[in-house]
Amino acid sequence: MKKGVMRPGHVQIRVLEMEEALKHYRDLIGLIEMDRDDQGRVYLKAWTEVDKYSVILREADEPGLDFIGFKCLNENTLDKLNIDLIEFGCRTKELPANNLKDCGRRIQFTTPTGHTFELFANKKQTGKWGLDNVNPEAWPEGLTGMKAVRFDHCLLYGPDIEKTTQLFCNVLGFDVAEQVIDENNVRISSFLTCSSKAHDIAFINHDEPGKFHHASFWLETWEDILRAADLISMKDVALDIGPTRHGLTHGKTIYFFDPSGNRSEVFCGGDYHYPDHPTVTWQAEALGKAIFYHDRALNERFLTVLT
Amino acid sequence: MKTQYRIKVLNRNQEFFCDKETSLLKHFENSKKDGVKIGCRGGGCGVCKIRIVTGEFTCKAMSKAHVTPSDIDEGYVLACRTYPKSHLTIELLNN
Repeated sequence: MKKGVMRPGHVQIRVLEMEEALKHYRDLIGLIEMDRDDQGRVYLKAWTEVDKYSVILREADEPGLDFIGFKCLNENTLDKLNIDLIEFGCRTKELPANNLKDCGRRIQFTTPTGHTFELFANKKQTGKWGLDNVNPEAWPEGLTGMKAVRFDHCLLYGPDIEKTTQLFCNVLGFDVAEQVIDENNVRISSFLTCSSKAHDIAFINHDEPGKFHHASFWLETWEDILRAADLISMKDVALDIGPTRHGLTHGKTIYFFDPSGNRSEVFCGGDYHYPDHPTVTWQAEALGKAIFYHDRALNERFLTVLT
Repeated sequence: MKTQYRIKVLNRNQEFFCDKETSLLKHFENSKKDGVKIGCRGGGCGVCKIRIVTGEFTCKAMSKAHVTPSDIDEGYVLACRTYPKSHLTIELLNN
């Protein structure tokens, strides 16, 4: 949090059919529906999150990612980062408060990879769902499906990983926790953190800009991942791969698709990162093991199927 | 028993049967037939695009990034979102 960027605050995902999408994000992953707006967008959160929502679904005729928002410490941080982004060469756009329900003003910009990001400092806080702030119980009753604990990160595909990495590190204060380099020592993937998590956002090099690989939700244990896998089978949900472990970040994971073809992940465990930690490097020749630690082989679908 | 429609694959010299509730991609995936790539299975990624040459079919929503309305008029569809309503002749594309 070197520059006042705290955490991934929200992701807005485009879906082809809202009610089908809600069966996935609400009933299967276990997010809680918090609100809807007059544009038909649906706002959801995972139960441990203090802010009112972290996932926004928008019905559209092309699935994929609209934007990812990072929450900053305060409004002064927003003003400072807006100037720094412009100095870096980004064009920024300020969206007024309540353009997203119960969210303060947002500063939007586009990364060299072609993705829209935004910074905000204020959002209505409704507290952890179903729990009090005083003498709280361990967990709330009434959760559904995989009972996702929090929205954790996204993985995005696009060109110019190097400049995007510079933007996140030099302007927004992130660290490169892990990276993949090719045989010419060119960085082809960055796993970036603004906290002690192994990743708050990740990028992989890809010719086409603005592509969405997955949105990821954190579960507590490997048993929870296996239970998620059971639910994927019970509900005949499109499975991508897993349960397995990544080499990169060492998270234990399963990937599956929402009914519009956007990929979801639930994962647990994995590495942590502090600002004094050196970057962990994976060499491209070990990419199979980096991505799927057990199979040690690349899977074409995982690398190429995007929205 | 559900009505089974005959699906003739032009450039594979292949035939199979599929009911109206099973997507064409699901049939390929269940029967381990190659020729169509298995992607997101939700109409989003576009890797299972095929062409329907003759016959009637219905489609669920597909990403317009991969299939435009005029594509559908010409029979280009995503197999994961396409269900037969009659016997079909289909063509696999280079995907």
